[in-house]
Amino acid sequence: MDEPIISIRNLTVSFGGRQVLNGVNLDVRRGEIIALLGASGSGKSTMLRHMIGLARPDSGTIHIQGVNINQCSARELMAIRRDLGVAFQGSALFSSMSVEENIQLPLRELTSLSDSVIEIMAFIKLASVGLADAGKLMPQELSGGMKKCAAVARATALDPEILIFDEPSAGLDPIVAAELDELILFLNRVFRMTVIVVTHEMVSAFRVADRLAMLYQGSLIAVGTKDSFSASTDPRIRQFLDRKPQRITDSESVQRRLRELVTMTGVTE
Amino acid sequence: MNLLESIGASVVDQLAYVGGLTNQWVRGMTVLARVLPFGGTRGRWQAAIRQMYAIGVSAVPMVAVVAACAGFILAIQSASALNQFGAVQLAVNIIVIAFTKELGPLLTATVVSGRSGSAFSAEIGSMVVTEEIDALRTMAIDPIELVLAPKLIAAVIVVPCLTIMSSVFGIMAGAGFMFLKAHMSLNVYCQYALEAITLGDAFTGLLKSLVFSTIIVHVGCIEGFKVAGGPESVGRSATSAVVTSTLLVILADLLITSAFYLTGMN
Repeated sequence: MDEPIISIRNLTVSFGGRQVLNGVNLDVRRGEIIALLGASGSGKSTMLRHMIGLARPDSGTIHIQGVNINQCSARELMAIRRDLGVAFQGSALFSSMSVEENIQLPLRELTSLSDSVIEIMAFIKLASVGLADAGKLMPQELSGGMKKCAAVARATALDPEILIFDEPSAGLDPIVAAELDELILFLNRVFRMTVIVVTHEMVSAFRVADRLAMLYQGSLIAVGTKDSFSASTDPRIRQFLDRKPQRITDSESVQRRLRELVTMTGVTE
Repeated sequence: MNLLESIGASVVDQLAYVGGLTNQWVRGMTVLARVLPFGGTRGRWQAAIRQMYAIGVSAVPMVAVVAACAGFILAIQSASALNQFGAVQLAVNIIVIAFTKELGPLLTATVVSGRSGSAFSAEIGSMVVTEEIDALRTMAIDPIELVLAPKLIAAVIVVPCLTIMSSVFGIMAGAGFMFLKAHMSLNVYCQYALEAITLGDAFTGLLKSLVFSTIIVHVGCIEGFKVAGGPESVGRSATSAVVTSTLLVILADLLITSAFYLTGMN
């Protein structure tokens, strides 16, 4: 089997003494779609920021295409990033530029193509996400779904090998979310892009992903196929899959804190 | 001990700030050539020209009014003091020298810091909040080159121009008062003015404006890049950009003036 395109080893991150990621290991294979699942606060976004080199881990390594992104030179990191397209959760389109200028930006900055070629390429990218008519609009004039699609068009402008989606379906209606799922599948099938989808939407994850990985309180508790996830008996995975609400489970600590408060305020029985 | 600790922490914070500023300055210098019209990255020079308009051209009315008012005020104050000694024409020297060496650069820097310094930090700060800066980094585009460098080039070109203009307006407002007060004609006023001024004075003023514009851009941008969290933080960064850059401009002014004084070039 090929060398994994992304290889994460013992990734450990903490913020202000609180451990956010706890020795995470993950291999992403070339050409697959992997969904990174987890509840809010499970460390998904932190893991994503480290994967794209926006933050440095306390310990552990991340190799992309065989290069350690925390120890390589600035030039190597630039080269890695050219192979990496990221569609951010809030789309992160540049609000001072029109939609087509947004798509053209990476082409203008990182290639020496002529202006007319860049315009054509940007149009093709926009058309491939269904936004052929929206090029002249400003990002503020787009709907939530259109913004996400435009962000995908920009992320794919340089035909990256790896495409990362941060919560693609967050805040979208089911129809648009389904369209985005199809788009992810299309990009994977047609351009053989490796896709990493960070999400908490189970429906979407099961629709697009070849493999699923589940983060729970900073640890990767399961990595496997859809079938192995569906068949899992791990209560933490079942809770997520069956949408069981989480009550205040640690009632002991609540009681302890209440007693402290009572003692502090001096209320007596 | 607590007091000592907090003083220590604050000193460390300030040092870290200066370190960050120096680091950003160095990175700014290394990419500056890429903004130039020939041989630079495409689109940068156009961005710099848009910035020149925003920083310079739009500030012209404000700078003109502030400089003219200050010139008139300075003329009133110095003329009434010197009148007691029957040396009212010496007010011309005071106005001219004060404006070319000090007030022109300082007033311009204050206006530019209030208008553009806050705008830089708000612009970059909101780009941080909406993940646009992160997006740039992941696209292998250096935010320093794309966002900061055009502003820096624009500012170091237009702020000295604004400074010259503000000195002219200040000195001309002085001429207006001298005409009203002492019936000094513009011709005579200009003669006195040209006698009073030296090339060295003009050089000092322009050097200051160059330093001030660099401070304003770097402080405005670093405050923007430092934004973390939400919109509230963007507002704070804009305030902090104006306060810090004004403070640093005054400090730099003191340093430059002292240096010239001590080396006898004053």
